[in-house]
Amino acid sequence: MTIAGHFSYWITIFIAIAGLYIVIARGNLVKKLVGLSIFQTSVYLLYIAPGKLIGGTAPIIAQQFQLYSNPLPHVLILTAIVVGVATLALGLALVVRIKEAYGSIEEDEILEQDESLSSEPR
Amino acid sequence: MIAPHFPVLQVVLPLLAAPIMVLLRSGRVAWVLATVVSWAALGIALSLLAQVADGSVVSYAIGSWPPPWGIEYRIDRVNAFLLVLVSLIASVVVVYSRASVAAEVPREQHYLFYTMYALCLAGLLGIAATGDGFNLFVFLEISSLSSYVLIALGRDRRALMASYQYLIMGTIGATFIVIGVGLLYLMTGTLNLADMASRLPQVTETRSVLAALAFLTVGISLKLALFPLHLWLPNAYAYAPSAVTAFLAATATKVSVYVLLRFYYSVFGESRVFSALPMGEILLVLSLGAMFIASTVAVFQHDLKRMFAYSSVAQIGYITLGVSLDSATGLTAGIVHLFNHALTKGALFLLLGSFALRLGAVKFENIGGIARVMPVTSFGIVLGGLSLIGIPGTVGFVSKWYLVLAAFDRGAWWLALLIVLSSLLALIYVWRFVEAAYFREPDETVAKLKEAPAEMLVPAWLMVGACIYFGLDTGLTVGGASQAAAELLRSGR
Repeated sequence: MTIAGHFSYWITIFIAIAGLYIVIARGNLVKKLVGLSIFQTSVYLLYIAPGKLIGGTAPIIAQQFQLYSNPLPHVLILTAIVVGVATLALGLALVVRIKEAYGSIEEDEILEQDESLSSEPR
Repeated sequence: MIAPHFPVLQVVLPLLAAPIMVLLRSGRVAWVLATVVSWAALGIALSLLAQVADGSVVSYAIGSWPPPWGIEYRIDRVNAFLLVLVSLIASVVVVYSRASVAAEVPREQHYLFYTMYALCLAGLLGIAATGDGFNLFVFLEISSLSSYVLIALGRDRRALMASYQYLIMGTIGATFIVIGVGLLYLMTGTLNLADMASRLPQVTETRSVLAALAFLTVGISLKLALFPLHLWLPNAYAYAPSAVTAFLAATATKVSVYVLLRFYYSVFGESRVFSALPMGEILLVLSLGAMFIASTVAVFQHDLKRMFAYSSVAQIGYITLGVSLDSATGLTAGIVHLFNHALTKGALFLLLGSFALRLGAVKFENIGGIARVMPVTSFGIVLGGLSLIGIPGTVGFVSKWYLVLAAFDRGAWWLALLIVLSSLLALIYVWRFVEAAYFREPDETVAKLKEAPAEMLVPAWLMVGACIYFGLDTGLTVGGASQAAAELLRSGR
């Protein structure tokens, strides 16, 4: 129960907060997606790190192995990585369309264009 | 022979239909397929509801791997009720969508629209049917990713930005949920929700479990647009194609409410969430905030779709208010309002879609006198609006009646007063529509409009009719909701 013993959790929390901070603090749409990906990455670590035992092997029943690492988190996170890639791809595709429609990928400039549009008379 | 596979078939059918639509690349065939799978899902959901009506539980082991090792689909009265709701709305909206989508989405994208529609339906049904925590997250992402695409198909370029913002918020929400599930998995060593519930009592006092509850609450609240985490919703609903708005407004947030109920009652257990922690109080305050602030914002909108989107945030407040009261009556009120609001908002957004078909943008300044040229659509919106306010004879009244009852049960007369007061705000924004549509002179563009085609009016009026029918005959809705509530309260013990 020392700080060093919880090393992987500290890294997880740091990555999660760094990612969330980028999403919130950056106005550039691509940078936001980068932050989002970093945030999702922290979850991968959260799942996988506790499944690993030092000295543990893959769960193959054999005489010489006593310690096994849990394989389930790896499988789960494989799925989560696919979901993350799909989200990133869709997000980037949207940014391309936004760039075509607005000519900018800065959130404040885009919102400004929409503001001026809605205040004009029809 | 095929009946034992119903729990999984209902999810697999739309999931398999989607890639077939992409391969065939025909808008018409895709629509037929989408219609067939939606109605098939409805049929399956109804038969499942009949199977579990006596309180039994249908458990289906995917690939015959027995739970808790394999993924289990577990249907009880709570999610059977929800499966019927989702597939019912999907079946009605898909009939409507052909004409609406033809007008609002470029022709070459039609087959993609129905592909995404089928995927979104598969995701939503999957969330409802599954009994596995991680599977739930995957289906949540299937439905979310497809709904981002559906929203981005809107005509206005602001739809792109709305979709992007929903993607950011939705992904944060889903990641929070998966963190919560992960923490529970670390503490209990299982992902099966029923198994998790039986193992939680041993570790219930740990900080990890509390953190899991917090992550799940925030994540799910983002997805269900609980005030003040609703910021993605108004733009997403306002700029999405009309059929998409109707479908998502009636199903996506409702399924998220179900996920919240499932985790609160079936996994953590009612006593752990509401007695040991002040979750009820927190939910109560946020619900009241939604009811008053979102309704007030709705009153000042120029765009009708946006106005009803804010109204959705307020109505979600009523659902969570019922949940926060933590009683059988409160929970019944919440679940019955979940059903009733889905019908009401589905009807309203479908009818707004008829305006959008004829007018393009549906703003207050350009619908003056529209009731004279489109009387059927306008009258439907008035009836839907009455249901939002909660006039007797509509479904809205039934939900509010049970909410007020639950408030009195708790001895909170002030809460009953607030429920009625907030309904008055709905009266103001519905009246704004009546004033514009009925009491203004139509201008030249409006005077030339025609009534919407029958294939859009009939599905929309089916929903309006349901709003009235279930307002008068509450046996099915309140009966189903109170059974579901009893089931939830029992499951957490």
